[in-house]
Amino acid sequence: MSMLKVNHLTKSFGGLTAVDSLSFELKEGEILGLIGPNGAGKTTVFNCLSGFSPPDLGEVLFKGQAVTGMKPHAICQMGLARTFQIVKPFLTISVLDNVMIGALIGERSISAAEKKSMEILHMAGLGSMANTEAQGLPLPMRKRLELAKCLATDPLVLLLDEVMAGLNATEVDEMISLIRQVNSKGVSILMIEHVMRGVMALSQSVIVINYGRKIAEGPPEQVVKDQGVIEAYLGKEFLDAQG
Amino acid sequence: MNRLYMFMAAALALILALPLWLDKYTLGIFVMIFYYAYLGQSWNVLTGYTGHISLGHALYVGIGAYTSTFLAQTWGISPWIGMLAGGLLSMTVALCMGYLGFRFGLRGVYFVILTIGFAEITRLIVSHIEALGSFSGIFLDFNPSFINFQFRGNMPYYYISLGFMVVSMIVVRLIETSRLGRFMIATREDEDAAEALGVNTFKYSMIAIAISAFMTALAGTFYANYIFYLHPATLFGMALSIELIMRPIIGGMGTVLGPVIGSFILTPLSEISRAYFAKGGLEGLHLILYGILAILVVLFMPRGIIVYLKGASQWIFNSADKK
Repeated sequence: MSMLKVNHLTKSFGGLTAVDSLSFELKEGEILGLIGPNGAGKTTVFNCLSGFSPPDLGEVLFKGQAVTGMKPHAICQMGLARTFQIVKPFLTISVLDNVMIGALIGERSISAAEKKSMEILHMAGLGSMANTEAQGLPLPMRKRLELAKCLATDPLVLLLDEVMAGLNATEVDEMISLIRQVNSKGVSILMIEHVMRGVMALSQSVIVINYGRKIAEGPPEQVVKDQGVIEAYLGKEFLDAQG
Repeated sequence: MNRLYMFMAAALALILALPLWLDKYTLGIFVMIFYYAYLGQSWNVLTGYTGHISLGHALYVGIGAYTSTFLAQTWGISPWIGMLAGGLLSMTVALCMGYLGFRFGLRGVYFVILTIGFAEITRLIVSHIEALGSFSGIFLDFNPSFINFQFRGNMPYYYISLGFMVVSMIVVRLIETSRLGRFMIATREDEDAAEALGVNTFKYSMIAIAISAFMTALAGTFYANYIFYLHPATLFGMALSIELIMRPIIGGMGTVLGPVIGSFILTPLSEISRAYFAKGGLEGLHLILYGILAILVVLFMPRGIIVYLKGASQWIFNSADKK
């Protein structure tokens, strides 16, 4: 079943077309990678999907239902949650309270939301930090918190925007196993990622975009060997020099 | 936490008994302490908890004061009822302003300008309406009775304003720990992040501004029947808007105790220094002191005095526990 279907998504900022007639599909239970060089339009795609910046053209179907033009909170309540590349913790409240905001959307009782949030924090490895103010967390933990907040909203589809950026090798491995665990519970995932180790390890399929257009699609092992993809990342000169 | 409640219960008992010993002038200072703590608490709901900075809260004080007074003078309606009418009118105006501000995404300084604009426009309109006393304002007749919200001496005002303050603390504490309060705080901390988690920030901002405006307007009615004179430049003016936000800022925004602590520090300082300096012909010097105090707090205690009080009390209790 198709969880998320994007048809001819287009978004321009003035004269710049950040996303150009992009179409793809995320199937149920799948982890789909979205990669591309800096400025390729990946985050703009996320902003269009999550309602932060409505697309100029095209449509986004979530479980067959159009969500194009809906407000971010309404899209999230349907089960499509996102993280931010530049993490946005609620700084002056505790880590537990951060996660509880997401949990309280579907749960009216404070104590039930607290219980659920604690379970998520333990899963994300933040259990011992529950009562710390979020501004006391170092970046790797903030990335986990960003994910934990999303999970608390009970998403069916997660949009992960570079949750591995800035992490060291061990932390990347921990994040990979955390994402696997989330996926194994039936959450479909669309992830933007520059850390190729994460992309290779997790995604069944990868979409590569450049200048807002899709230039390749397929299993990760195949995509990284694609001439067009190598050219987009490293330039034509590199390909020529390699002969 | 239980210690804090015990301390507060003891403080409340003391405050309830205080009028037995105090003279009229000192009682008056306490009335102002409670009054400003209440106003600060009302403002706190919108700015301290939800993060939308209002510099025009005098608007709601004015609406509250004028509505109940107008109803009482024209149709003889009791100010107790007029107070609720003023609250509802205030809430309506606030919701109109909130719609403009929140629907069109006015954030930060642009929202501040909107709040000032609404207050100033209302001040000018009221200043030109004959039925509301235009520039010179309205004098209230003194007919002491409970129904008329007017009393001899300061004692009844002391207990009414104390009641206002205590109820506002309870209300804000209930909001703070509820689902509503948590969504308001998320809106304050980061609107985009809150939206991304499914929080309808528009809705919760509207609820916050409605509660805040309603609460503020009630204080307007109290003020009218305590001072007996309504003056548009005072009741809708910038000076009052600034005056009422100083206490929560210095005490600690976004906390239940912040506005109260701020008021217990600032109001006596203001009243006493005003009287003292005025004797020496230095009217207005207390405002300069205020400014300096505000700058110092913002620079060195951006989260208010309450943070230090918390730290100090923990230290005291911890060392007491060890013994």
